[in-house]
Amino acid sequence: MTPVQAIIAKELRGYFVSPIVYVVGAVFLFIFGLLSYLYVGFAGAQAIQLMQMQQGGMAQINLNDLVFRNLFASMRIVLVIILPILTMRLFAEERKLRTFEFLMTSPIRIHEIVVGKFVSVFLIYLGLVGLTVLVPTVLMLFSDFDWNPIWTGYLGMVLLGALFLSVGLFASALTENQIVAAFVSFGLLLTIWLIAGLGGLFGDTTAGRVITYVSYMEHYERLVRGLIDTSDLLYFGSGLALMLFLTHRVVESTRWK
Amino acid sequence: MSKILLQGIWCSFESGATPLSPIVHTDTTFVIDVHNITKRYGHHTAIDRVTFSVAKGEVLAFLGPNGAGKTTTMRILTCFMPATEGTARVAGFDCADQPLEVKRQIGYLPETPPVYQELTVAEYLTFVGRLRGITGPKLSSALDQSIGRLELGSVRHRLIGNLSRGYRQRVGLAQALLHDPPVLILDEPTVGLDPKQIIEIRELIKSLAGSHSVILSTHILPEATAVCQRVVIINKGRIVAEDTPEQLSARLRQSEKVSITLKTCPVDCEMKLRAIPGVLNVFPGQAGGSFLLECELGRDLRDEIARVAVLSQWGLLELRTVSMTLEDVFLQLTRHEDHLSEPPEAAVSMVVAEKTEA
Repeated sequence: MTPVQAIIAKELRGYFVSPIVYVVGAVFLFIFGLLSYLYVGFAGAQAIQLMQMQQGGMAQINLNDLVFRNLFASMRIVLVIILPILTMRLFAEERKLRTFEFLMTSPIRIHEIVVGKFVSVFLIYLGLVGLTVLVPTVLMLFSDFDWNPIWTGYLGMVLLGALFLSVGLFASALTENQIVAAFVSFGLLLTIWLIAGLGGLFGDTTAGRVITYVSYMEHYERLVRGLIDTSDLLYFGSGLALMLFLTHRVVESTRWK
Repeated sequence: MSKILLQGIWCSFESGATPLSPIVHTDTTFVIDVHNITKRYGHHTAIDRVTFSVAKGEVLAFLGPNGAGKTTTMRILTCFMPATEGTARVAGFDCADQPLEVKRQIGYLPETPPVYQELTVAEYLTFVGRLRGITGPKLSSALDQSIGRLELGSVRHRLIGNLSRGYRQRVGLAQALLHDPPVLILDEPTVGLDPKQIIEIRELIKSLAGSHSVILSTHILPEATAVCQRVVIINKGRIVAEDTPEQLSARLRQSEKVSITLKTCPVDCEMKLRAIPGVLNVFPGQAGGSFLLECELGRDLRDEIARVAVLSQWGLLELRTVSMTLEDVFLQLTRHEDHLSEPPEAAVSMVVAEKTEA
């Protein structure tokens, strides 16, 4: 087992011993289920309306548009609120409990610590997202829809989550207080969200396009609509790399204080 | 190291057949070599031009009041933080340039035992071993050995969060010893232990001497005398003394001291004691009948004092020489330093008294 694997194993163990994963997981799955139920309910109501208008003919409703697109779009805000709770402990707790000094004096490199911690929380997130596939699977039994945009939606949710987790990891490295870490990442995520609105104010100018590109909103929306664009994948990849790099710098800088 | 070697080879090429020895510096006798390190936090100087070295197999105590710079020095040696100036080398590796190599040579116990409360003792030590790249059967034997050494067998599968302070400290020590490092840096290793455990840990550290180089910091002075061959006393970031415990007390002793206890002590006994040639001063002790005699350096006056006491029929109950303890040395050195930098307490209180009168 390499040092990175050892860190991943230890972090996973830490998550499952503490109540965080259970609480966050339960809330996440409950909200996902509730939103699915609501959107399916709306779709059902629309179908009944359509049937009444068409006088007895079978109404075809599009679950992809009415349920899944809305569902994935709504998950953005859920992720903004929930993921900082998952990441807040990663570095802040080490610093609070003075195990940070132990990690920094172990013969491992800082990027190994950063990557190990990120991968551990990402695996937990993947597990939670994996459980939500239950919803489309159950719906498949009762209706017919196109799986492809659902897979791209899931890809979007995974990429968006990875970006959010890296922002949370960065915030956690800034402080030894977990609450502060959670709030800082919450603030950062909302800011990057709202930047999209700022880009809208500039309209279709170069500045407007650049600002809109910085926000994750349109990149995520395209994936939810079923479009896989390399520029969007590049956005998530470079954003993730940038945040992990910044985390590395922050951890490194604590040595100089 | 390799850089220096290469330089040496290069030089030998240039100058033909000149020997390598003047250029290659392979001083293997010192495992830890600290040269003029200074650490500043903004305007505050935590340690100021500290220089010392530790030989292979030697146990060195770092003594000093709180905030003297012990932990800072240890953090520089373990590559947790870089020094502002100066060089520190561990096992031939430079702390600034080859931190990973240095970290591999060191077992480090920080001030607070670095334990994860959510892991059991065995899980934690397994994690530590893996971070250090120990795997497979080697890991399990290292685990058994360090658990055995620190008598953690009974708590092996318990969560560290549920253990007492003393056990956590021992788990921290087990962590430092796990990979059997040539260099051990222990920041107050006996804090939080009960007296029996303190003795056991001291025995353990003593048993490590010879094969391991150990630096331990403490402000428990008998600990330094009990465990260490050499003591470095540090105060306000500066080394104020460095020697063996015995020589330190000998060096600072300005007079021989003899303590006597008498059964009866008439009024004139203090005068008579003072009259003995060689006695410089007589201080009455706290208990009635006991005195502390200051005698000229290098003279043993016990024989003479006993004769006077018996002749005067005082009833001599006790007579012994008083050697200076490390505690006295420590206080003398650290106080001495205070006098240099600050006005003496008496002067301050006089100023205060004058002010209140006015």
